[in-house]
Amino acid sequence: MKCWDPRIEEMPREDIRRLQYRLLKTLVYRLYSFSAFYHDRMKAAGVHPDDIRTLDDIRKLPFMYKGDLRDNYPDKIFVAGQEDLVRYHVSSGTTGKPTVVGYTQNDLNNWTASLARGLVSCGLGRGDVFQVSYGYGLFTGGLGLHYGAERIGATVLPTSVGNTERQIELMQDLHTTAIACTPSYLLHMGEVAEKMGVSIRNDTSLRIGILGAEPWSDNMKARIEEWLGIKAYDIYGTSELSGPMFCECTEQNGFHVWADLAYVEILDPGTGEQLGPGEQGEMVITMLQKEALPMIRFKIGDITSYDDDVCGCGRTHPRVHRISGRVDDMLIIRGINVFPSQVEYTLMTVPEVGRHFMIEVDRKGALDDMLVKVEVSREAFSDKITDLMAIRKNVEHRLRNALNVAVNVELVEPGSLPRFEGKAKRVIDRRKI
Amino acid sequence: MEHKKYVIRQISVFSENKPGRLAAIAKALQEEGINILAFSIAEADGFGVVRALVDKPQKAYEKLSGIGFNVAFTDVIAVQMKDVPGGLYEIARILGEGKINIEYSYAYSGKDAAVLILRVDNVDAAISAIRNGGGTLLESSLFQ
Repeated sequence: MKCWDPRIEEMPREDIRRLQYRLLKTLVYRLYSFSAFYHDRMKAAGVHPDDIRTLDDIRKLPFMYKGDLRDNYPDKIFVAGQEDLVRYHVSSGTTGKPTVVGYTQNDLNNWTASLARGLVSCGLGRGDVFQVSYGYGLFTGGLGLHYGAERIGATVLPTSVGNTERQIELMQDLHTTAIACTPSYLLHMGEVAEKMGVSIRNDTSLRIGILGAEPWSDNMKARIEEWLGIKAYDIYGTSELSGPMFCECTEQNGFHVWADLAYVEILDPGTGEQLGPGEQGEMVITMLQKEALPMIRFKIGDITSYDDDVCGCGRTHPRVHRISGRVDDMLIIRGINVFPSQVEYTLMTVPEVGRHFMIEVDRKGALDDMLVKVEVSREAFSDKITDLMAIRKNVEHRLRNALNVAVNVELVEPGSLPRFEGKAKRVIDRRKI
Repeated sequence: MEHKKYVIRQISVFSENKPGRLAAIAKALQEEGINILAFSIAEADGFGVVRALVDKPQKAYEKLSGIGFNVAFTDVIAVQMKDVPGGLYEIARILGEGKINIEYSYAYSGKDAAVLILRVDNVDAAISAIRNGGGTLLESSLFQ
């Protein structure tokens, strides 16, 4: 099958723009009428729905930020009532408070359709065995890909994360042809497989990797493809957009952002000016059809560029290139978003250590390794090694709970960590990806 | 209380496990003319605790804290050992029979005899046990 939904995927550009304008207009009127949050935002920005007369007028609309979800925890900016929601997902927020996203049945349908199109565009379909090695549960990755792959008739193997040996055995026994996970986890799998005497290239049927949820490079892609003998496709999304959402096609030249579902802008992070194709800037996304939690001009914080020409695959929708950086200090550790502010917030709950900290990130083998250095407070210092070890364990445990990712903690002497005036640089990222 | 004269104030210093930290501690003590009578290093993953008996513990505490170290006082006792085979056994047996737990210990061999420095879970009980068992405790005034 070439396209899951050819009418949409190959729609002429002009028709797409007309459709986008209609959807935007409807969305803005709906939010102005039904969302107190966005109504106030528009009022403050001096914009009325009537001011939106062309698609380019989207620039008049105010931005939304990750912080808006946190500040309106858990569901204050939802536009749908709870009785209309069919699912929640939850991700960790920037200050220890999680952010909650909700879905109506239509939201789930559009999410699944977006993934169905993407998965078909990279050559998947009936007959494929699709191993979902993203986490299932509150994280959007597992369940999102699960329903997308089922929709196109692939056979889903819902392994979730962890227990890598068993994943490799199942991959062999059930003849997995495609896997969805983070690129670093796939590399880790390759290493574990070799220790088991299994070559993914020669001893399995794996041919496609749907990889995302963390930054990766062309080098990493080349290494994965060459070593494991598969095609590696980039997939992009965040929980605010629904989850993993947009996937590369067989051209492997950026992921298609389905224009009936999302409108993408790339802005100069300094001036806010709209940038053209090929220019690097901050990505801003408007979700055109989301019902429960509409996101308008959402500033995700990712830096990238887009291309607007018709893709070699025949699809008319714009393509966005691999994320090349962040505008803030968010880290992605083993696929999980980590903000230094979460670490700070957590440390404030542990009186035995000071407020100062440094985060050091390395890649050990294929996996990310995060070390947090903290100072032992004078009051808490005890001559007993076991007491100090208990402090360290406690901090590791609390950080793990707050960040949803395992962290190593190192105790250092008071006063030995750098102090910052103005903007703190508390992260040393030594990963080469 | 009579036992008090046997209780010795040891200084414990938190130290990262990296080159130069012990030198920094030793240099600071030298600058203040503080003599180290015995010391040990306990190491854990990435950090350590330097423990020392010094002749001027209060001064050592102030100096090391002043330059940023984490310092604590810990009560220990010092027991004289015969510097012959079985010397350690004699002391350890007394403590074992008295159900006294040794948290850590270090020793040095002096001119007249060997000395065992002990951190125990119950200092009072340990002092009684050693005295009743025929051991010789060193008074803190010998050090400080």
